[in-house]
Amino acid sequence: MTDALDLKVVELAEFVAGPYCGKLLSDFGAEVIKVERPGIGDRARHLGPFAGDGPDPEASGTFLYLNTNKKSVALDIETEEGRALFRQLVADADVLIEDRAPGELAAMGLGYDDLAALNPGLVMVSITPFGQTGPYAGFRAEHLNLYHASGQGYLLPMWAINLDVPPCQGPGYLGLYDGGMAGATAALAALFWRGNGGTGQHVDISVQHAMMHLERSQLRRYVDDGKSPNRTGKGRLLESLVECKGGEYAVVILSSQRQWEGLWRAMGKPAWGMEPPFDTQKGRSDNYHELRKRLADWAITVTQDELFHAVQAEGSAAAPILTAEGVFRSEQFRGRGHFTEIGHPVAGTLEYVAQPTKLSDFDPGPKRPAPLLGADTEAVLGQAPAGRPELSHTGAI
Amino acid sequence: MDGTQAELQAQGALDGVRVIDFGHVLAGPFCTMQLAALGAEVIKVETRARPDEQRAHRGDGVADDLEGNSNFFEVNLSKKSCSINLSTEEGRELAKRLVATADIVLENMRPGVMAKLGLDYSALREVKPDIIMLSLSGFGGTGPLKRYAAYNPCFTSVGGVSHLTGYAEKKPNTMTNSGGDARAGTAAVFAALMALTVRRQTGRGQYIDSSSCEVINSMIGDQMMDYAMNRRSPKRHGNSDAHLAPHNVYRCKGEDEWISIAVATDGEWQGLAAAMGNPDWAADPALSTASGRKAAEARLDALVGEWCAGLGYVEAMHLLQSHGVAAMPSFKAEDLFSDPHVRETGAVAEVDHPVLGRRTTIAPVLRMSRTPARIYGTAPRLAADNSYVFGELLSLPEEEIRRLEDAKVIW
Repeated sequence: MTDALDLKVVELAEFVAGPYCGKLLSDFGAEVIKVERPGIGDRARHLGPFAGDGPDPEASGTFLYLNTNKKSVALDIETEEGRALFRQLVADADVLIEDRAPGELAAMGLGYDDLAALNPGLVMVSITPFGQTGPYAGFRAEHLNLYHASGQGYLLPMWAINLDVPPCQGPGYLGLYDGGMAGATAALAALFWRGNGGTGQHVDISVQHAMMHLERSQLRRYVDDGKSPNRTGKGRLLESLVECKGGEYAVVILSSQRQWEGLWRAMGKPAWGMEPPFDTQKGRSDNYHELRKRLADWAITVTQDELFHAVQAEGSAAAPILTAEGVFRSEQFRGRGHFTEIGHPVAGTLEYVAQPTKLSDFDPGPKRPAPLLGADTEAVLGQAPAGRPELSHTGAI
Repeated sequence: MDGTQAELQAQGALDGVRVIDFGHVLAGPFCTMQLAALGAEVIKVETRARPDEQRAHRGDGVADDLEGNSNFFEVNLSKKSCSINLSTEEGRELAKRLVATADIVLENMRPGVMAKLGLDYSALREVKPDIIMLSLSGFGGTGPLKRYAAYNPCFTSVGGVSHLTGYAEKKPNTMTNSGGDARAGTAAVFAALMALTVRRQTGRGQYIDSSSCEVINSMIGDQMMDYAMNRRSPKRHGNSDAHLAPHNVYRCKGEDEWISIAVATDGEWQGLAAAMGNPDWAADPALSTASGRKAAEARLDALVGEWCAGLGYVEAMHLLQSHGVAAMPSFKAEDLFSDPHVRETGAVAEVDHPVLGRRTTIAPVLRMSRTPARIYGTAPRLAADNSYVFGELLSLPEEEIRRLEDAKVIW
């Protein structure tokens, strides 16, 4: 038996942050209706990667991943008719996810106050770079800018040899996912409260704030000692990056004497490892440069996998730095259902990364692919009635 | 504590929800702190016999004072603390009685430890049939690597983000020492709320076995698609973008000041040119399209960099944003704690702590108009809430509490 989440969500959002928020609900069986601009659709449809590198708005990998299990309605809210239909959609929705610039929807008569008047139970989740208020509310920002504006970029790349290495953004669109995760969490919290006798409400997610919060354990160092941590000075005993045979990388953790002994055994018990200065944590720390060289000399003689299993088998800690290929090959990921196969009418059947959150006693059923642009316009909005030709104008392509 | 009267009177979204927190170090505590910020009552179960590493350790060794660690403070705000020594039979029974009063249990011990203690999901659902239990670990509680040690750099590495972080010509980067744990904990907040949502609908509790590697990999799931489609692994690319230019950081005139600039549209390019005073070189028609700018990226980076070098990074931000250009400084911690936007929006707050004094900290993220997430209190002293937990919640007589204290069960 499968369970659907009894939840209707309207998503007026594109690219990564808002759609990830919607995906976190649709993948658990919520009905998520994505509102897209007719003819163009979500910006991520045009981003790729594409199979065989042939651009096709129905087969962009970024879009496909972020929009699983959703419906698509092509609707132009720049028109009065489109706005009327949008209001109709939202009137019985539990959640609206939107990512327009602060004030933009209100100027169209679709702000929180307008929509709450139609549907007092509505939870409206606004996800923007800097939130709805404050001096930067109207500022523009891509992922690059948010990574840096949050303080996370200034700390990367960790281990920079000096400050001439420019600060760096994080991987992929990680920061935008952080914003989406905050939005989905807030939506569920708001619905929980509503179910306990509360009402609808407006949630204001600032991606910058969400990212700052995730880096709090590093940023607090400034509060401790008045010095801003930066990207240098972290090359130390705790973790060593090493290159293995074949050019792949691994990381080796050394936070205790016990870990050193495990690593030393994995290395084949070289005599120097139990002699001064390398026989104590302090000695290793004081002579880290030389220790690192010796670790590197050993690591290059073994493969990434050999190093990983040898060190872990001795009760110490290490890990391989995996590429996408390595991730897909990992027996650990595979054995735990980290991938899910989904067929798509244009992109075909592909392995997607699955939701990492798996509930033991709740099965939202078979996975559905990301929708074609406007695929559900008719089914969701109903047949275009006679005398309402604008519906076909605003309808599916 | 910061907060207006209205805010203090506002309800929390999770009012009435109780969480028993067996979390330690980072990922687990980071989760339960956010549940507390939403109004849940979070009771941290800890013991002097084996204090939370975050209380007992600093970067350079063991701390004498279990109450003075700022990193513990950062991930344990708004919680209660009780002390139970789980290595004793009676302690484990107390823990179970506590769970019987709760909605959610969280733990992030090594897989298998809770079962050894007799506190795994099957045992806990006997005392509370609809309990929601979250187990957080690096690799997950099943699979060939379940017993492998996993610190933050391990799961950013296995989770695929390290390979994608840093500059193309340089080595991969495991990121900072806490971002992976923090994301694992934050994803667990979502998981807990999804389980509460499902419990309301179905009446059933849930067990959630969460792997930090999987969480972090799912947050670059789009980056995995090129392999799924074309058997190609994407590579790290620093601050650059596959299609856009300028898309980089540029050095400004202050010490280690950098500004990030991303030009996505032709309009933004015109805005950038205008902000720079429309220099002749910017009028080059080859630069009027995205593909033309990308083709000229190295030249553009040099020219834009030259212009930025004469400005302070905050000055550059205001000038560029006023022309509609996405431009933000690479903020330092110091900048953020004093930034006018950060302060005006309440993204930082002041919290008093009996040992650390008054500290500025980053406020909870979820700005909800009716039930704002907020800081309810400082990080608890170890065992601060013993009398509430054992006296009120479990109704133990005083002499029984004293006996358990003497036996170092309550310890």
